[in-house]
Amino acid sequence: MSEALLDIENLSAGYGDFSAVNEVNMKVEKGQIISLIGLNGSGKTTLINTVAGLHRSSSGRVRFKDSDITNLSAEKIVSKGLSLVPQGGRCFNRMSVQDNLLMGSFPKAARKKSKETLCRVYELFPDLKEMRKRPAGTLSGGQRQMAAIGRALMACPDCLIFDEISLGLSPAVIKDIYRRIIKINQEENTSVILIEQDTQRALKASDSFYIMLKGKIVLSGKSSEIDSETLRKAYFGI
Amino acid sequence: MYFVQILVNGILLGSVYALLGVGMTMIFGIVKLTNLAHGEFVVLGAYLSTVLAPMLGVDPVVTLIITVPLMFLSGFLLQYFFIGKAMKKGAEPALLVTFGLSIILQDAMLMIFSADAQHIVASYSMSTIKIGELEISVLHLVLFAISVVSISTLTLFLRSTHTGRAIRATADDSDAAALSGVNVNRVYAIAMGIAMASAAVAGLCVGMKWTYYPSSGGGYLLISFVVVVIGGMGSVPGTMIAGVLFGLAQVIGGANYGLLISYVMLLAVLVIKPKGIFGK
Repeated sequence: MSEALLDIENLSAGYGDFSAVNEVNMKVEKGQIISLIGLNGSGKTTLINTVAGLHRSSSGRVRFKDSDITNLSAEKIVSKGLSLVPQGGRCFNRMSVQDNLLMGSFPKAARKKSKETLCRVYELFPDLKEMRKRPAGTLSGGQRQMAAIGRALMACPDCLIFDEISLGLSPAVIKDIYRRIIKINQEENTSVILIEQDTQRALKASDSFYIMLKGKIVLSGKSSEIDSETLRKAYFGI
Repeated sequence: MYFVQILVNGILLGSVYALLGVGMTMIFGIVKLTNLAHGEFVVLGAYLSTVLAPMLGVDPVVTLIITVPLMFLSGFLLQYFFIGKAMKKGAEPALLVTFGLSIILQDAMLMIFSADAQHIVASYSMSTIKIGELEISVLHLVLFAISVVSISTLTLFLRSTHTGRAIRATADDSDAAALSGVNVNRVYAIAMGIAMASAAVAGLCVGMKWTYYPSSGGGYLLISFVVVVIGGMGSVPGTMIAGVLFGLAQVIGGANYGLLISYVMLLAVLVIKPKGIFGK
């Protein structure tokens, strides 16, 4: 088996005495789409924020492209090629759409290619090009998510993590966004981690899945091989 | 004509108040910190220019070439190694650090420069020029020019450079900025550097316009607060407008009612638009 692009080993993290993520193991290969699904409060966001450097781990290790990135700061991790699209997109509301995108190419390596990457992002999201001068705060929820995805792409990542990208969006918009995520994955060979509560959609889009419950991975495997009964039991812990 | 004269004086003087507020608003808006030492930074800037100008035998304005980079560096190091560390423990410890810093600076300046009144004198301090019936102080024109150049340079820097964009992004959402590859602690340090550099410029201006003492910082801090709150925290254009309003209030109200009018204005803004004229 080839060496994993992202390798999470026995990672734990929490808030004070409360342990939100408990000895989680996870592997993402190059070009793979992984879905991480689970109920509200199961620790998905904490896990991914810890991987991306927004939260400190209490134990365990994270390896990315053969180097140890455990507890590195978020800006160092992003410059290594791991980008997170945080929950709700978190665009810079007072800045224009184009400035938001250009912020994505802040890491030095990405900055050199920022012109070409920007063209590529506008090709992928033509709507963003039309709205490039508008402040991001005036965009709709779906448009903001696209701007956030575009911003993450500007860093030319090898692995993209989407934290509940479909939250609060209409089914048509979600479908559209998923179509583009798959396109990014196929054309750029970017690995993708989808964090979702919408299990059906996430499983359909991904190669393999991890189900998280109360801070632990309770089930994992190939997305195509799981039956709905096993899925439901693991998801709700019954 | 009298009205025009007041308007012109108010605007010219207001630019100095705007300059006092700019450093404060940067720290409010970007670092999300109330910097209680800002007034002392201004006074320190004034002393540096007061000492350097005769030492080098140059016009006081030229001393900015030394004081601005020096104060920028001090601000950068101060934030990176002291205030930034305190901020990790919460907003209150950081606030107390700036309070302690203001006391230390004030006492240090008292020890070094004594409690005597100081004033920065330039060859044109007393001259005026006549434009039609208007009589304008050359000093006011110089201060206005310094202020406009400084604030425009800062605005241009924030709008059109990579670092400026990173600063704006950090002010909007520091976590999202970090996820975009920005070293947030470094941005905070740059912001404090800019704030101190602006205090160097403001210090030169207030030192040329008024007499000052080591204990003058509190007064300047209060003015900065008023200007920043009226203009809207974190907004540079708002600070400019508020500075001019404050200046007009001083000129119209004179020594007796100037401050009264400003505080009534502050109250009015707080009631009508609590986030300030340009607040978001």
